[in-house]
Amino acid sequence: MPIKRAEKTPMPMREAQLRAHDFLEVNGGYTGAHAAFEAERCLRCQDAVCVDGCPVNVPIPEFIHAVAMGDMAGAARILRSANPLPAICGRVCPQESQCESECSLAKRFNPVAIGHLERFVADWERTQPPTATAQITRKERIAVIGAGPSGLVCAGALARLGYPVTIYEALHAAGGVLRYGIPEFRLPKEVLDWEIGLLKAMGVEIVCNVIIGKTLTLDELFGKMGYAAVFIGTGAGLPQFLGIPGENLNGVMSANEFLTRVNLMGGYKFPEADTPVRVGKRVAVIGAGNTAMDAVRTSLRMGAEEAMIVYRRSDKEMSARVEEYHHAKEEGVQFHWLTNPLEVVGNADGWATGLRCQKMQLGEPDASGRARPIPIPGSEFVIPVENVVLAIGTTPNPLLTRTTAGLLTNAKGCLVADEKTGLTSKTLVFAGGDAVTGAATVILAAGAGKRAAQAIHEALAGRS
Amino acid sequence: MAKIIETRRLTPVTTYFRIEAPLIAASARPGQFVMLRVREGGERIPITIADYDRQLGTITIVVQAVGATTKRVCALGTGDEILDVAGPMGGHIDIAPGGHVCGVGGGFGSAALLCLMREYTARGDTTTAILGARNKELLILAEELRPLCTHLEVCTDDGSAGFKGFVTQKLAQLIEAGGRYRPDSVVAIGPMAMMRAVAETTRGKGVKTLVSMDPLMVDGTGMCGGCRVTVGGKAQFACVDGPCFDAHEVDFDVAMRRNKAYVREEKQALDRVACMERRAV
Repeated sequence: MPIKRAEKTPMPMREAQLRAHDFLEVNGGYTGAHAAFEAERCLRCQDAVCVDGCPVNVPIPEFIHAVAMGDMAGAARILRSANPLPAICGRVCPQESQCESECSLAKRFNPVAIGHLERFVADWERTQPPTATAQITRKERIAVIGAGPSGLVCAGALARLGYPVTIYEALHAAGGVLRYGIPEFRLPKEVLDWEIGLLKAMGVEIVCNVIIGKTLTLDELFGKMGYAAVFIGTGAGLPQFLGIPGENLNGVMSANEFLTRVNLMGGYKFPEADTPVRVGKRVAVIGAGNTAMDAVRTSLRMGAEEAMIVYRRSDKEMSARVEEYHHAKEEGVQFHWLTNPLEVVGNADGWATGLRCQKMQLGEPDASGRARPIPIPGSEFVIPVENVVLAIGTTPNPLLTRTTAGLLTNAKGCLVADEKTGLTSKTLVFAGGDAVTGAATVILAAGAGKRAAQAIHEALAGRS
Repeated sequence: MAKIIETRRLTPVTTYFRIEAPLIAASARPGQFVMLRVREGGERIPITIADYDRQLGTITIVVQAVGATTKRVCALGTGDEILDVAGPMGGHIDIAPGGHVCGVGGGFGSAALLCLMREYTARGDTTTAILGARNKELLILAEELRPLCTHLEVCTDDGSAGFKGFVTQKLAQLIEAGGRYRPDSVVAIGPMAMMRAVAETTRGKGVKTLVSMDPLMVDGTGMCGGCRVTVGGKAQFACVDGPCFDAHEVDFDVAMRRNKAYVREEKQALDRVACMERRAV
């Protein structure tokens, strides 16, 4: 019988004071004993509602049961059958608003630590010799644009179906937001490298430094290059700015720029690595999503003495994973809730010296369903900072859509694609991930990549 | 990896490279650039595409060794490989055919006029190239450009070659002369101060003027926003909205200030390269 304990088995993690100054992973991961102990908490409900909370419907009770029985290979197989990126999703999924929020235990106790168990199983899998194999049985070649989560998953699924697949990546390294956006202390790059290695072992070809829409057009992929179908997973990488005065002062940058300099370019190793990142004593990060948390915690690790979140709404409207918020708080990040940035102020040399803000109060819900922040008159004040990092969202990159006739987008610049199949307005062109949804989660992108692979298979099978 | 097919030292600090890059050569247009990286852990730097040969599948870039990475590039020779070359990035120069196009090149910026003059002359435009350099030794590619344009002007600060004076003085003369000498549009590529001076020379003269902005960039694909340039009061990304913008709308003060954001670190990196060079000797 399952053993009911109210509390989650805590995740072993590194001391906040220590970890806030380096890039090593914060969470240490469960041991076998932790995992077995936690797996026993699962009630194995007949109507497993947790599965409905998962965007890719991982058979959660089954894999957890396998863990409880000590059948790690079985657990890994069950997990991977539904989620092709378990080691990544176990680390970065917002479990508290997905599977774990539905867990039957959650009504009275802590939910089962589904995310921690997922990570445990996937990390175990990485210690084993790779089992994924694929044989090319199909003659139609498929091109995948973008080596981010949706593209990697789509390519893997197509390879398993027997297709020769080429991924075209614009940057010099594969991984997309997993490479340039999510920091090492939250997602070690060796985890990503392992997944990419698995794809390569299955015969997926990854070609970096090719920008579809520039180096080759989408139409050339069909004509000149001879691909039978294309999947677009170009993400939502274009950073938004606030349009407030002083935004172009030196020391003000997008979270994308800051995180790319650090993560993709290895800026924390300057001058051994060539790309510098200048971080002052005080850094304000505007926004309260996962990217904002990544940026503010990276600021501390880059040597900032004070790093703070500035957000015009309250902690209740914050979109970051709750674990990241807790980790940030432990590490000494300051939070200015209900604080609206009005202007970046600077010195005579054009460097930022402060952020002029105004206090807000919450009013009626707005179009997003969240309480609308309303300015409090006469509440303006200046926070002295040397850096301002904007983490207020990203939109799809227009490089491909600008150069492709007949590829429809909506008002927000997102590709128009069928919800089930990912089919776009162009024949045999499919899309998924943030390029379709706007900035969302890794797991949603992975799910879309997987569904599109199946749809591509069906579309091509219908033709031959 | 992209193999270097040909190298030529143009001046003590400027090197001409022809690189094997068939896909880029097939799609490049005047005004576009490539991002390149020379070593693991290296930075990505934007370099204007000077020329391309679609048949041979090669592109030409001209690099001035001013920073750590450009120094490393200039240390490469024929047969060496460049780790990463991605492009063509950015939009191309788009000027309606049938007019008189004047390309103004300052320093190693003159290199970018190669493909511009070739394409526009070939389609039947009248073309003028004005090349500027401090002295004769620093003047580049004049003989290569001469057959590619209708009319070539050379300017040196000390008068050691061609007209003694600035490119802007020569440009002003052509505009004043009128008739067949007067350009309908001007494209200026070179140091920021020169491009700003060109913008002031043509302002109010009814001459459409484009400048090729060269801001700090990280990815070159629209992702970082570090390359934002203020154009007509609005922030534009040089990598995807540019790199060429209406010269009369560009805020050069902001652009020049932003380009100095990492001067301290650039010097630190450069000193490090120099130190390693000394150790190697």
